[in-house]
Amino acid sequence: MRKNIILCGVGGQGTILASRLIATAAMAGNIPIKTAETIGMAQRGGSVFSHLRLGEEANSPLIAKGETDLIIAFEPGEAVRQLPFLKKGGTVVVSRRAVMPVSAMIGKSSYDPEQMIDYLREHTEHLIIVDADRAAQELGSSKTLNVVLLGAAVRSKELGLSEEDLKKAVKERVPERFLDLNMRSLAWSRDNGEE
Amino acid sequence: MHKEFLMGNEAIALGALAAGVNLVSGYPGTPSTEVLETIAKRNPGNVYVEWSINEKAGMEVAAGAAYTGARALVTMKQVGLNVAADPLMSLEYIGVKGGMVVLVADDPGPISSQTEQDTRTFGMFSKVPVFDPSSVAEAYEMIQEAFDFSARYKTPVFFRATTRVDHGYEDVEVKDPGEYYVNKAEGFVKDPSRWVIFPRLSVKNHALIEKRNAELKDVLSEYPRNQIVPENGCGNAPCRRGIATQGVSFMYTLDSLRGRNVRVMRVATPFPFPEKLALEFLKDLDEVLCIEELDPVIERALVFVCGKYGLQVKIRGKMTGDMPLSGENSMEIVDSAITAFTGSEGERPYTMPDELPAPPALPVRPPVLCAGCPHRASFYAVKMAMKGQKTIYCGDIGCYTLGNAAPLDMCDTCLCMGAGIGIAQGVGHIEPDTKCFAFVGDSTFFASGITETINAFYNQADMTLIVLDNSTTAMTGHQPHPGTGRTVMGQIVEKVSIEKVLRAIGLKVVETVDPLDYECSVETIRRAAAEPGVKAVIFRSPCIAISKPKGHSHVDSDKCIACGKCIRELGCPALVKAADGKKAAIDPSLCTGCTLCEQICPVKAISGGEKNDTAKGGCHA
Ligand SMILES: Cc1ncc(C[n+]2csc(CCOP(=O)(O)OP(=O)(O)O)c2C)c(N)n1
Ligand code: SF4
Repeated sequence: MRKNIILCGVGGQGTILASRLIATAAMAGNIPIKTAETIGMAQRGGSVFSHLRLGEEANSPLIAKGETDLIIAFEPGEAVRQLPFLKKGGTVVVSRRAVMPVSAMIGKSSYDPEQMIDYLREHTEHLIIVDADRAAQELGSSKTLNVVLLGAAVRSKELGLSEEDLKKAVKERVPERFLDLNMRSLAWSRDNGEE
Repeated sequence: MHKEFLMGNEAIALGALAAGVNLVSGYPGTPSTEVLETIAKRNPGNVYVEWSINEKAGMEVAAGAAYTGARALVTMKQVGLNVAADPLMSLEYIGVKGGMVVLVADDPGPISSQTEQDTRTFGMFSKVPVFDPSSVAEAYEMIQEAFDFSARYKTPVFFRATTRVDHGYEDVEVKDPGEYYVNKAEGFVKDPSRWVIFPRLSVKNHALIEKRNAELKDVLSEYPRNQIVPENGCGNAPCRRGIATQGVSFMYTLDSLRGRNVRVMRVATPFPFPEKLALEFLKDLDEVLCIEELDPVIERALVFVCGKYGLQVKIRGKMTGDMPLSGENSMEIVDSAITAFTGSEGERPYTMPDELPAPPALPVRPPVLCAGCPHRASFYAVKMAMKGQKTIYCGDIGCYTLGNAAPLDMCDTCLCMGAGIGIAQGVGHIEPDTKCFAFVGDSTFFASGITETINAFYNQADMTLIVLDNSTTAMTGHQPHPGTGRTVMGQIVEKVSIEKVLRAIGLKVVETVDPLDYECSVETIRRAAAEPGVKAVIFRSPCIAISKPKGHSHVDSDKCIACGKCIRELGCPALVKAADGKKAAIDPSLCTGCTLCEQICPVKAISGGEKNDTAKGGCHA
């Protein structure tokens, strides 16, 4: 087995926990895994990414451009930023909800998230858009976006792990009192994925 | 043995525990911090662990332990080594009795550092042997070997990893606590001819160190991690091209070879350089490409070996323009360098995707102060208080460096930890008509601000010192420091009072105020800045990551007049435009209810927040 996965988003969105969940599931299945994470200053609202490499063959923790099977993007602009890493025919799972940077709020830069979604539509063969706002409303929390996206990713079959594996990982990593919310989050996109 | 999914720094920590480390000291700094934190967390109970107030103190504490025969580890980031350079340079002459590993995390990129300095070069300068791991799993083993090596040769050794190893994760086979080596310290044995550095001892030991390091070149040629990768075949003939590499670049190289015919040497101990192994590697080669990050350490060493032995091998790398001189390596950089070097593309496991057209303008995301960060309020108050006056705002290192960004724009200089105070003083001596401010965080104040403040006070400077006391070392992940009254071992201890320190130095004006009390803050700054000499204002309010929000603010859209002042002047990530694109709104998932925006809204349209009350003193005390 060989899978290269990129998680990307904005510092504080929970990409690292998502990366840990995938790793926990992979470990349970005895699949070797290597990751590279953004830890440090960028966690204060900067662009962050995790590279995950599953399987025997990987030496480097970083993925080369054009060799990523699956991009899980917590934010449309960040998906576009990582798109050069996607392989031909690769899959992108993206949250529709944009995080506006402060620089755009105060008029020092511009950012149009709808353009990002259009660009993704045009240049990705397999695109799954998750309506994060609706998910948050229906789940009663915006804090489990990472698990909602993982649910969509696992059902795309590109994660290389089963939904059962991932459920076990969530049970192992998530505190008891948040378990129900996380289980509902994992299942949410089953009936609500857009494309 | 059992398997764990570990961050590189966690693996290093568990490796140090397995090697029987007795004492661990250090000062936080990305990407090194998690090593000491993990040791504290996984401490089997018999390891002394401390966050020292800076790297120099940490180095000295570790040296003392190693003098007794203990195994000691001191951790820091690369610029921290500059602070600890003085004790280390002398310590190499004295040596140690137990084992002592100096863990330094280098940061190619740099991703979160001021410089791209290379600790391998520092190894050569200080004559301290250097270990340079390539992966998380290897780091676990190598730190144990580094301890054994240090104990055998009675010298401190560098264990230098870079961000991709420190902050990478991997599944690693690790020992159970019952399998850890147990090191018993014999105790300090008095012997002035050994432990007291004098010129006579220095010259004697200098000669011995040089002799030892020359011998170590041969010893390290046999170290299995200095290796020539079994050749994957250059036909039946021997290879004519070679790649010499190190660190994570070794991994990038392995993944980029893809059947391209080269001989690969990996250097795990760049100093002392494994010369014999290099000779074996260079045999019959015409050309070598050096793939390394930061300084051209291997490249220089190979040029030296070729010169010394009269070899006709062309050594390529940074100095020949074949590799970038600065910045981090990536798979792409390594791959295209190998393509240029071998003239072959190799076999790709993936068909390359079509070239993408340029995307629409991507969001620009420099890191920003968190929503509710008390530093924002402090900067805003000083900015408003000093409006219209000639000022300089000398910043320093910490989350508060982010005060440089628009719209605050409150950081005119930033150099290295503690430097802002000296710089403000220096500017003031030349430009007496400028109101000079130095902003320093609480952890930075303890690390390197106290001596600078004494210097400014004694030398009759005219400046305002602003201590941004958020009761933690935030930037590096919220470590305790002497002002917090906690230690990393979990003890509750007496706090060191910043006010008392400043008064003891002799400062007459030392005011403490809650920066989230806007009016009071502005008033206090105006008053203090008008006084002569060195005066201090301590802004005290906890970092949002260590305090619980008590509610969040919301905008009454009927009252909001869409003037945009809150968004434009504060730059808080929780302040966004409402659906109409004009009025203000607040993202409840980010807002901490700090109330700063409530206080500056000209029509009082924002309400509902409740700030933390921790400052003792100020206008209402
Ligand atoms: C010599 C040196 N050691 C360590 C660091 C890493 N470092 C960056 S900021 C910081 C401390 C910041 O703490 P504080 O001054 O309390 O400011 P805060 O981040 O809490 O705002 C440290 C230790 C460094 N840059 N230089
Ligand atoms: S972590 Fe704390 S100190 Fe740093 S920006 Fe956020 S609130 Fe401010």
